[in-house]
Amino acid sequence: MSSSNPHEGRAGTGRRRPGLGAALEACRASGRKVLAPYLMLGDPDVATSVAVARAMAAAGADAIELGVPFSDPLADGPTIQAAGVRALAGGLRVGRLESAVASIRDAVDCPLALMSYVNPLLQRGYADFVAAMAAAGANGLIVPDLPLEETMPLGAACRGHGVDLVGFAAPTSTDARLAAVARSATGFIYCVSVAGVTGPRSDTLQRVPATVARVRRVTDLPVLVGFGIDSPQKAVAAAAVADGVIVASWIVAAVADLGPGATPAERAELAGAMVGGLRRALDGAAAG
Amino acid sequence: MADGPDAQGRFGPYGGQYVPETLMPALEELEAAFRAAIADPAFVAAFEGLLASFVGRPTPLTPAERLASRIGGGVRIYLKREDLCHTGAHKINNALGQALLAQRMGKPRVIAETGAGQHGVATATVAALLGQSCRIYMGEEDMRRQELNVFRMRLLGAEVTAVRAGSRTLKDALNEAIRDWVTNVETTHYILGTAAGPHPYPWLVRTFQAVIGTEARDQLVRLEGRLPDAAVACIGGGSNAIGLFAPFISMPSVRLYGVEAGGIGVESGQHAASLTAGRPGVLHGALSYLLQDADGQVQPAHSISAGLDYPGVGPEHSQLRDSGRAAYLTCTDAEALEGMRLLAETEGIIPALETAHAIAALPRICEGLPPGSVVLVSLSGRGDKDMAQVAQRLGTEII
Repeated sequence: MSSSNPHEGRAGTGRRRPGLGAALEACRASGRKVLAPYLMLGDPDVATSVAVARAMAAAGADAIELGVPFSDPLADGPTIQAAGVRALAGGLRVGRLESAVASIRDAVDCPLALMSYVNPLLQRGYADFVAAMAAAGANGLIVPDLPLEETMPLGAACRGHGVDLVGFAAPTSTDARLAAVARSATGFIYCVSVAGVTGPRSDTLQRVPATVARVRRVTDLPVLVGFGIDSPQKAVAAAAVADGVIVASWIVAAVADLGPGATPAERAELAGAMVGGLRRALDGAAAG
Repeated sequence: MADGPDAQGRFGPYGGQYVPETLMPALEELEAAFRAAIADPAFVAAFEGLLASFVGRPTPLTPAERLASRIGGGVRIYLKREDLCHTGAHKINNALGQALLAQRMGKPRVIAETGAGQHGVATATVAALLGQSCRIYMGEEDMRRQELNVFRMRLLGAEVTAVRAGSRTLKDALNEAIRDWVTNVETTHYILGTAAGPHPYPWLVRTFQAVIGTEARDQLVRLEGRLPDAAVACIGGGSNAIGLFAPFISMPSVRLYGVEAGGIGVESGQHAASLTAGRPGVLHGALSYLLQDADGQVQPAHSISAGLDYPGVGPEHSQLRDSGRAAYLTCTDAEALEGMRLLAETEGIIPALETAHAIAALPRICEGLPPGSVVLVSLSGRGDKDMAQVAQRLGTEII
């Protein structure tokens, strides 16, 4: 591994939960670009998710984004949709979500941010959902279809449990909306690279510098760029203008391409190698 | 006109804007453009002019005497003939209004979802009329059920994209249309076909479809000198129903009935009766009654009618259900087929399978009304598109 991880050190007993925002701030202070890879919980089973998360952390992930499968993922392209279908087929339901998150918390020390669509939260109740996930070891919550008006009740539930509620910025966001998002967000701002859904595309980065600059004017929170980061080169380019990157479909697709016969260890090895490649590219660019 | 949604786009607790941030500016732009358009006499004149010269409005109000006599109870029935609109269903009222709005916003491309294909055909039609580029998303299963409409859309110059995700029906076509819109929002307007989706769509669609109810009300007043005692419509997302109900919501003497698709039977779990058997949840950007499991995963709907085969419903219907202002009942697939046959035999009108649900519920609705009552039914679409499917179901092969 090419660089030290600020979250090194294994938890003793209990579920150690470094704050998401604090961990990202620490990266920024030390000149380290944040690398936050994504995995879909339960794709295709929880044992694989645990192995993949452990490999990602060992390869230099600063935080891990954990997808919660949903039947109708509006903001996701085909890769994440398919991952959700596999996870639901594999039996990952909200009732089993806590134990899945807890298993990952037991395996890694870095912050964990859950990415869930709003309906599963609503059905369980915001307060109940957040309390359960915080107890299981989650540090942050990312809800791509949460309206600004709903950030108040969900934000209140999150604050009570030390869970960060991430805010979204898009190239299409008006300055007035960015200011409102910045007021209610904690942890970091998820800067969507393109107008579009998750997954690879050719024009990913053209609008990133302008969007990040507009976000910087309204908040000091770390800014991570996601959607369409499908190579170490793109990760470096996006991280050059932001505090770090979120990488999802690129890894999920490659791991899925191993086919249904692959073992958790094989999937973890590939995910770890890809995260390691991203880590080295980001650190190399920072050093250079 | 019924009350609009509140400033957050809510009908009571229902509705709202549960969408990715990328779309929020587009929804704000759409709301502002819509407010300006309906206050602009030139826009209203253009819309009403094309409703008359292109769509064929006003549509007739047909007394259904033989149907009423077959049902019995001394009730009089009037059919609001949306099946006689150009393209064969009420869908074009809204498609035309939104296509004009897209033109006004300077967006050269329109997209739409479709279930039975009627909204897709209506959108492809108005896009051809206005010279807009057009793509329609349709579930693969629905493309099989409604092959004729797929051909019509392509003939009209639209691209039809098969959606292979999920249940491959209307719900999944909406997902895919929203994803297209997220990606192409700056050049594209999404012509949502039903009174669902994020604010301002439920309000906007109701406004463009309210012509069904206001025309019918005025026609009935001329013919009978009075308002109806009941208004009846089928409900999938609920656009023809909310259009029919709109002028009557504030008039408590008019009973409102929505008929959901009961599929194989509500107790079977194979149905599309979200207001009857669902509970509030978020799908396609709005909080409304929804078919879902305990975890909040959306459950696939089932209906013989592709246009009602949807696990959600427009948010205003959820409010009308909770307040008791409207009553919602269900008809099964088998009852809908009987309803189609009943109207065909008694009135010489073959309704769409969607509409046949409203017809099939009439005996139950009329039973509760005193003799002499006047019942207004939205005949939302014609049945030509369903003939191959119905023939197959009844054991006859037609080419």
